[in-house]
Amino acid sequence: MKALLAQVAAFLKGDPQADRIVPPSGFTARLTILSAAAMAFLAVFALALSLSMGRLAADWAGELEGTATLRLPDADAAETALALLQATPGIAQARLIPPEEQQALLAPWFGPDLPLDDLPLPTLIEITEDGADLQGLRARLAGELPGAVLDTHDAWRGPLVAAADRLRLLGWICLTLIAGVTVAIITLAVRASLAANNQVIGVLRLVGARDVTIARAFVRRFTLRALLGAASGTVLGCTAILLLPAGDAVLPGLGFRGAGWLLPLLIPILAALAAFAATRAAALSVLKEMT
Amino acid sequence: MIELENIAYGYGGRVLFAGVSLTLEPGSFHILTGASGTGKTTLIRLCYGDLTPTEGAVQLFGRDLAGMDRDRLALSRRRIGVVHQEARFLDHLPLRDNVALPLAMADRMGGEEEAQLGDLLAWVGLTQQQDQRPPELSGGERQRAALARAVIMSPEIVLADEPTGNIDWEMSERLLQLLIELNRSGKAVLIATHDLALIRQAKSAVDARILRLKDGQLDMAGAAL
Repeated sequence: MKALLAQVAAFLKGDPQADRIVPPSGFTARLTILSAAAMAFLAVFALALSLSMGRLAADWAGELEGTATLRLPDADAAETALALLQATPGIAQARLIPPEEQQALLAPWFGPDLPLDDLPLPTLIEITEDGADLQGLRARLAGELPGAVLDTHDAWRGPLVAAADRLRLLGWICLTLIAGVTVAIITLAVRASLAANNQVIGVLRLVGARDVTIARAFVRRFTLRALLGAASGTVLGCTAILLLPAGDAVLPGLGFRGAGWLLPLLIPILAALAAFAATRAAALSVLKEMT
Repeated sequence: MIELENIAYGYGGRVLFAGVSLTLEPGSFHILTGASGTGKTTLIRLCYGDLTPTEGAVQLFGRDLAGMDRDRLALSRRRIGVVHQEARFLDHLPLRDNVALPLAMADRMGGEEEAQLGDLLAWVGLTQQQDQRPPELSGGERQRAALARAVIMSPEIVLADEPTGNIDWEMSERLLQLLIELNRSGKAVLIATHDLALIRQAKSAVDARILRLKDGQLDMAGAAL
């Protein structure tokens, strides 16, 4: 570990001789910095999307798991239903949802002045279960309270959780694609830079420079450019995330929470590592091809 | 030591030369002549592994070029000083750094050779120009700088391709004198030139073997010159 840190420190410090052998500027420098910044910016959003969808899926699954709703055809059956539920093993809690709460649930769609008394709304009982035999409960309800419907939320909870899971997967796929495109752009930039410096490479070889020495000058330069660009893009991306609306209980919004804000810090580091590997491989490959 | 064993070189279906054998032993002095286009520059590039022969073998310091990896080739080139007629440099670096470039590539900066850099620049008459960039130099100054760069590592072999092509007679004499001094200290020297005055002066100073490339063959040409 100590040796690795020493190598990283030496790399960041640089070798003045190796650094100077390649001309300092060129369009590939701007291309690398800009593309790394753009990709890091996108990576922040992809990461936020993935983490947010993960949280959403977990929230939905957690909040709805172990709950069910009993819908009664009329209010007179509520007392019988509550008694039946309280006598059923595994039912932790059964609560009649009052009209005010129903109004609050419907308010987002129909407004706050909804005349509940004029609407044929069902009577609802919220059930919290802990290992109850829901199939047996459904059979008993069918016998004792015809017309009552037990909704375990499975019909819509499953697809919602699956959708959130797929969005999270999509976020990770986006991150993978962004990494791939970044590596491809840097590889092209390195190849262009090597081609543009063909004469420099010829001179270096004439005086006995090893390929690894020539490659080192390009590797450090492109790695630092990728690090700089990705750091800028990450800062911009995080700022943009901070400026997004906060969201609500159903759709909690795109972003990071708590220690999750540390994760974007990995983006510039990973970009630099990817640039290091891509540049080294491309440089050594091109130098091998050059006769 | 460089050894060319019955080599041939050609491109695009044309054979430039064939059956060429040449050994550059320590202390030897060769002068390569021939008309333009006969392959003098190509032969020099073959000598330091910049080109690969289409037939035959090239040995650099006892190792076959064909089986040599790139690192080994780079290490071998540090033992060979090369001067081309159209000398190339790193245009973004000052002359002083360009001359010291072989030392930097061999991780020998700060050593005895670097201390001699000033003397070397003075000898080739470039002390005043040492902070200038190569594009700011004249053709003759570039040629002298190329010579200084070629010898700064005290190479065992010096290959010079038309080294006096861009410089005046006085500087040509000084350049030849340096090559003769290197040769007397045991280095092998190969000069490709068609400068008859230079050839005669070299012959008068050292035991030079005169070679001529003609009609795709390498012959001894001492008596004719």
